Amino acid sequence: MAEIVLDHVTKRYADGTVAVDDFDVRIADREFVILVGPSGCGKSTTLNMIAGLEDITEGELRVDGRRMNEKAPRDRDMAMVFQSYALYPHMTVRENIAFPLKLAKMGRAEMDERVERAAGLLDLAPYLDRKPAALSGGQRQRVAMGRAIVRDPKAFLMDEPLSNLDAKLRVQMRTSISRLQKSLGTTTVYVTHDQTEAMTLGDRIVIMRAGLIQQIGPPQELYDHPRNLFVAGFIGSPSMNVLPARLEEGLLRTPIGDIPLRGRLRRATEGPDVPRDVIAGIRPESFEDASLVHDTDQGGTFTGTVDLLESMGPEKLAYFTLDTGAVRSEHLAEAGGEEAGEGCQLVAQLDPKSGARRGAPVRLWYDTQAVHLFHPKTGENLTER
Amino acid sequence: MNGGKGRALTEGQRAERRLGLWLCAPAALIMVVVTGWPIVYSVLLSLQRYDLRFPEDKAWIGLSNYATVLTSEVWWNAFWVTLLITVVSVAIELVLGMLLAFAMYRAIVGRGLIRTVVLIPYGIVTVAAAYGWKYAWTPGTGWLAGLLPEGSAPLTERGPAIAIIILAEVWKTTPFMALLLMAGLAVVPEELLRAASVDGATLWQRFTRVTLPLMKPAILVALLFRTLDAFRIFDNVYVLTNGSQGTGSVSISAYHNLIGGLNLGIGSTMSVLILVTVAIIAVVFIIGFGTAAPGSER
Repeated sequence: MAEIVLDHVTKRYADGTVAVDDFDVRIADREFVILVGPSGCGKSTTLNMIAGLEDITEGELRVDGRRMNEKAPRDRDMAMVFQSYALYPHMTVRENIAFPLKLAKMGRAEMDERVERAAGLLDLAPYLDRKPAALSGGQRQRVAMGRAIVRDPKAFLMDEPLSNLDAKLRVQMRTSISRLQKSLGTTTVYVTHDQTEAMTLGDRIVIMRAGLIQQIGPPQELYDHPRNLFVAGFIGSPSMNVLPARLEEGLLRTPIGDIPLRGRLRRATEGPDVPRDVIAGIRPESFEDASLVHDTDQGGTFTGTVDLLESMGPEKLAYFTLDTGAVRSEHLAEAGGEEAGEGCQLVAQLDPKSGARRGAPVRLWYDTQAVHLFHPKTGENLTER
Repeated sequence: MNGGKGRALTEGQRAERRLGLWLCAPAALIMVVVTGWPIVYSVLLSLQRYDLRFPEDKAWIGLSNYATVLTSEVWWNAFWVTLLITVVSVAIELVLGMLLAFAMYRAIVGRGLIRTVVLIPYGIVTVAAAYGWKYAWTPGTGWLAGLLPEGSAPLTERGPAIAIIILAEVWKTTPFMALLLMAGLAVVPEELLRAASVDGATLWQRFTRVTLPLMKPAILVALLFRTLDAFRIFDNVYVLTNGSQGTGSVSISAYHNLIGGLNLGIGSTMSVLILVTVAIIAVVFIIGFGTAAPGSER
């Protein structure tokens, strides 16, 4: 158990590339923090610096107030779970889990007891005498977890531990990791590129891009109040819809209709640095089939032809192509936004009772209070500043 | 494997099998001609009294050549000398080769230069290198002999001569060992070593507990190759001492009997015995492989 402080940590390689730039986060004892971002954003490098597998160029890493920069990985008392699991193929499951204890020269009896306990916790008891090659992907993942929890370390560091599992198993393991972490109360830093994992697992999310922290906060806060277009596009599935918009005489002109600038939208557009052309963002669930909404006056409406309809069970996803060019922004490309096709794509999440049909027009209502406005150049969220 | 015994093959499988045999045939034929026949011929010669100086005495004498060789002190001396050279040089090569393999694999600056320099001895013809060593250790002219006390001639004394043969052999073939071991190092996933260091392993523990066990198959291959080669050592001994002072290897003995002594029977018998020894060494190693594959279920 430990508090981990990354005090303005920077990683610069010999060739001048900056992988992590001024990373400044205080991770509380028992906290579960997620580092999330697209590949190459520096999240794994950050984790490796905490583990001691990479040197810190600038700044300080402190665990419980003690400087760790120069400490070897073995002296940091942290356990790491790797994406490939990194199980020792020549050792049995038991030997794999016991390996850190053996290196710590723990007595036989205590070692056995701890291995049995970890194996019990992870349902690995029947496999203790097998070699990793004879295990399924999910079992291997659990062995890797076992090797981490068996030593009762100061912190767990997890580097995309679930990305080699199939979708169903991933969801299963996600909940068991969450449960395990809560019951053990061990400080955890978890790296993933999957925003769903980030949203479901973390107490707090650190979202990174090109070595820079974009935003830090609890999942819901990042979702509701993204600080910029990148965060808005990265968090949430399906992604937030982004539309080209123009500010004109108290109105916001968008491809889905004009929105009067009142309240927070008006305040957002008051600054001297706000250009006339902005980017509007609205989440798919801020739409509804207008026929299912009682009071359509409290928001905007628009009618479009459904391109594609996906019935998800608890909801329907309706896809539209608006006859306006798609928003092109460097802040979106990296966030993995769907920029397929030429036209501007819109996704609306509708109630399953909606009568929307593919190829037929449908009238949609949307919540104008849920619209975000972004600066087209800087990507800054104008409605959140 | 499907299509085992007792199972009828489909027409397609049979055609495929036939094609396979035809494709193998040329290689198999060449092997039989250049390898198979000489071996058979040696075995036949070893069962005869056949001395080119007395060709009229040629006769089938069964195994009595083997009795002659196996009761001969000269043969056993050569055998133990060869075994000594093999064991000592391969052991030294393994340790040095491992160090060089690490140097070549881990070098950050000048990797190309290090690899080239390490491989130079292996690129030099053995006989040429052996002459280099011979001159170096010859009193009066040699730079290494000059370092020794006045009047010493190491190549004329048994112990020092064997040591020099081992030195020449190690110098010459360590790069080969290093190459084979480097291939083995590349097989060890980087992430396992990272995991081990987070798990608390020191550099030495990472080597002994992760790298070595995973490299075991590569090490066995390297040892097999080198042991078989070393047991058949000829060039270095031929140039450095030509087997004098009881420093001859089994190959030197066979050569002296065959070519020098023109005794085809005895010489062939020694060749066959060398073959048998080499085969035994190979079988021992191959049994070792079976239990060495990492990750295999017990």
